[in-house]
Parts: sequence; structure tokens; C-alpha cells
Amino acid sequence: MSLFFDVVSGLLILTGALLAFTAAIAIIRFPDTLTRMHAATKPQVIGLILILVGAAIQLRNDGQAWMLALTGLFTMLTAPVIAHLLGRTAYREQRNRDGLLRINELGDDIDDV
Amino acid sequence: MTVVAVIAGVLLIAAAGLTCFRILAGPSTLDRVVGIDSLTAIAASGLAVWAAYDRDTTDVPAIVALALVGFLGSAAVTRFRVQDDR
Repeated sequence: MSLFFDVVSGLLILTGALLAFTAAIAIIRFPDTLTRMHAATKPQVIGLILILVGAAIQLRNDGQAWMLALTGLFTMLTAPVIAHLLGRTAYREQRNRDGLLRINELGDDIDDV
Repeated sequence: MTVVAVIAGVLLIAAAGLTCFRILAGPSTLDRVVGIDSLTAIAASGLAVWAAYDRDTTDVPAIVALALVGFLGSAAVTRFRVQDDR
């Protein structure tokens, strides 16, 4: 039974580390602040949560595993807030690659004001 | 478990290096904020991998504190920064 838990947590940790690595490659390669933010937010959060679940499986006999769950919950709460702030500021200040948007609700609202 | 920890550590260190390159080279402040935010997540992942490898729960509060402080730093810099001239 212990070997089963080891294998599961090892697979989770490896997948999470691989997701963090691909997110870093995307942060290097993508051309724009918005696309970089997209690449930084999602795989980073999912990879961090996978690694935290793997670590919590390893630390399952300890009460501290609940703090790892708390960290995962907090990351899921705060990552959209940072992405929202960054995306809004990036849209307002550097409007590169404007022609890619088909529907631009934020731009219409800003133009109205 | 040692093999998993070594492979995950190598991947996370490579990710941290690439993110550091983006922090150094980013054209605007927002790119640097993106890089710093992702570097905080990578550091928390590294601490979690170390806690899973060592079965030592001393650094679990450090992971929580890192997530909190990273959120506050990124939000504050994004909200109150001055627009850099291009």
C-alpha cells in the first residue's frame, strides 16, 4: 500500500514539475504580455496544485498536509485576481496586436467613458 | 522517491532559470511582474517537493507564507506602478 502511494505521488509531482517547465518555456517564447500572462497563470497553478497534492500524499500521516491544501486553495483564489489586474493594465497601456480581437468588450467600455 | 525528487528538482531549476531570463529581459514592468509571480509559484513547488522528499514538515508554513507574500507583491506592483516610457 505504501508503494502505491509512492507511485501516485511521484507521478503527480513529476507532472507538476513538467507543467512548470513548459510554462517557463512559454514565458520565454510567447511574444506578448497577455499571452505570457496566460501561459504563466494556468499551467503554473495546475502544476503547483499537482505538486502540493503529491506532497500531501507523502505527508498524509501528519496534520501539516492540511496546510498544503490551504495553499492550493489560496493559489486558486489569488491567481485569477493577479491575472485580471495584469491583463487590464496591459491592455490599457500597450495595445499591441490589436487586430486579433473580434469582440472587444473592454475596449468598447473604455471608449464609452 | 529520490529519482522523482531529482527529476522534479532539475525541471524546476530549469524553469526558474528560464523565468529569471524573462525577469531580466522583459521589455516592460508587466512582463517582469509575470515572471516574478511565476517564480514565486516555482519556489513554492520546490519547497513542496523538498517536503515530500524529506517527509519533513518544517517548511510547510514557508509555502503558505510564500503564496501570501507573492500575491501581495504582484498585486501591489501591478496596481501602483508608474507607466514606463517606451
